[in-house]
Amino acid sequence: MTGASETLKRTPLHALHVELGARMVPFAGYDMPVQYPAGILKEHQHTRARAGLFDVSHMGQVRLVGDDPAAALESLVPGDIRGLKPGRMRYTLFLDERGGILDDLMVTNAGDHLFLVVNAARKAHDIAHLRDRLAGRAAVEPLDDAALMALQGPDAAGVLARFVPEAATMAFMSHLPAVFDGIPVVLTRSGYTGEDGFEISCAAADAEAIARSLLASPEVEAIGLGARDSLRLEAGLCLYGHDITEETTPVEAALEWTLSKRRREEANFPGAAVILKQLAEGAARRRVGLRPEGRQPAREGAGIADADGRAIGTVTSGGFGPTVNAPVAMGYVESAHAAPDTPVQLMVRGKPLAARVTAMPFVPQRYYRG
Amino acid sequence: MADVRYTKDHEWIRVEGSVGTVGITDYAQSQLGDVVFVEVPEPGRTLEQGKESAVVESVKAASEIYAPVSGEVLEGNQALVEDPALVNSAAEGDGWFYTLRIADPAQLDGLMDAAAYKDYVEGLH
Repeated sequence: MTGASETLKRTPLHALHVELGARMVPFAGYDMPVQYPAGILKEHQHTRARAGLFDVSHMGQVRLVGDDPAAALESLVPGDIRGLKPGRMRYTLFLDERGGILDDLMVTNAGDHLFLVVNAARKAHDIAHLRDRLAGRAAVEPLDDAALMALQGPDAAGVLARFVPEAATMAFMSHLPAVFDGIPVVLTRSGYTGEDGFEISCAAADAEAIARSLLASPEVEAIGLGARDSLRLEAGLCLYGHDITEETTPVEAALEWTLSKRRREEANFPGAAVILKQLAEGAARRRVGLRPEGRQPAREGAGIADADGRAIGTVTSGGFGPTVNAPVAMGYVESAHAAPDTPVQLMVRGKPLAARVTAMPFVPQRYYRG
Repeated sequence: MADVRYTKDHEWIRVEGSVGTVGITDYAQSQLGDVVFVEVPEPGRTLEQGKESAVVESVKAASEIYAPVSGEVLEGNQALVEDPALVNSAAEGDGWFYTLRIADPAQLDGLMDAAAYKDYVEGLH
């Protein structure tokens, strides 16, 4: 039997992570940095205060090419893709016929093609799904020799603008092919931390030079997957496979805003019958934010009970929020208990921990609004 | 002179007469990362060797602290409850978890001394 580490894939920045002293762990088939020597707490706080550089090259980058790839993609997602103007992007969901979520993704209208970024753990599934369902309508071209980095935090724009001046005024959720120190890149003003920031797509061979240039900026530190998770949790953002799965619908997941108006009216996305019924009548359960009282975190899998101790749901993500400076969690509860301030109990190691349902995000989003 | 012994689960116990002071090793805290919450046992609670005695939660994960030997809890470290980061800054000093009255000193013979524990940790890499 061979060790797991021998079969793990590496991103183009692997050697740099090791050089920076990262602790490497297996994640979605890749050997990834969970933290650097500073540790998750400091990395998290640095990202909110200055700027953090994340290697997200394990995520899937896919071009969708054809006569009308937007119309084709709309057969798989509930978002308005045809209405996406060139250079604009949006968050959407692959759905199954029961309304279950197969993955969440970013879709960009890159002019002559659509550019998709999908989760690492769902990359193979999504590519097969696209090829199967869109055969004859759009060609699916995974970018296998590419890297993806995220630069996130209040100083991200200032840092990136030193290399790419146009970055400073890019609109939130927009895309821009650009040149970084002579290297071709594709920028988007997006991310998954709740902060202003960018994702930078480039050729695998160019990734390390770009990363080193950014890390040489005094504002920027390398940030691992540990802080990426605590940042997205505080921002109230879903982690696929945990907070959203094939067993959850967009309505249950409180992601109704991904159901574009035209698509609701046309009712022609997968699972539309189930989802539109839930939208009209409400779903039996709902994803909510949870704030445990005290300092003890409640983690994924903890049961949620009502004030009388009756089981009403399960925590799907939870931990300590370094910016909130308190434990935070999200999970699904019966809809009758989903209103903010509802008292609940979280079952942690067999003991009830008092908590309240709370609105998300846990920290204010600070996206660039021009 | 106090004698310090170590477990394979990375707890340490400093023995002075019949009283033991228990904590986790510096290696353990480095693996856990930033500690944000600890739960220490109440005085009077009876602990059984190898069974859960305390809880430590880092940003990343929750871990159980097992009793290195059986005994009755004398004191939980309230300073640690107030400032869980003491585990990171002083794991084998001010970051102790609890003291206990050792029930059976013979159980100490099954634990590692400092040299053996050092070899054990090196063998994990």
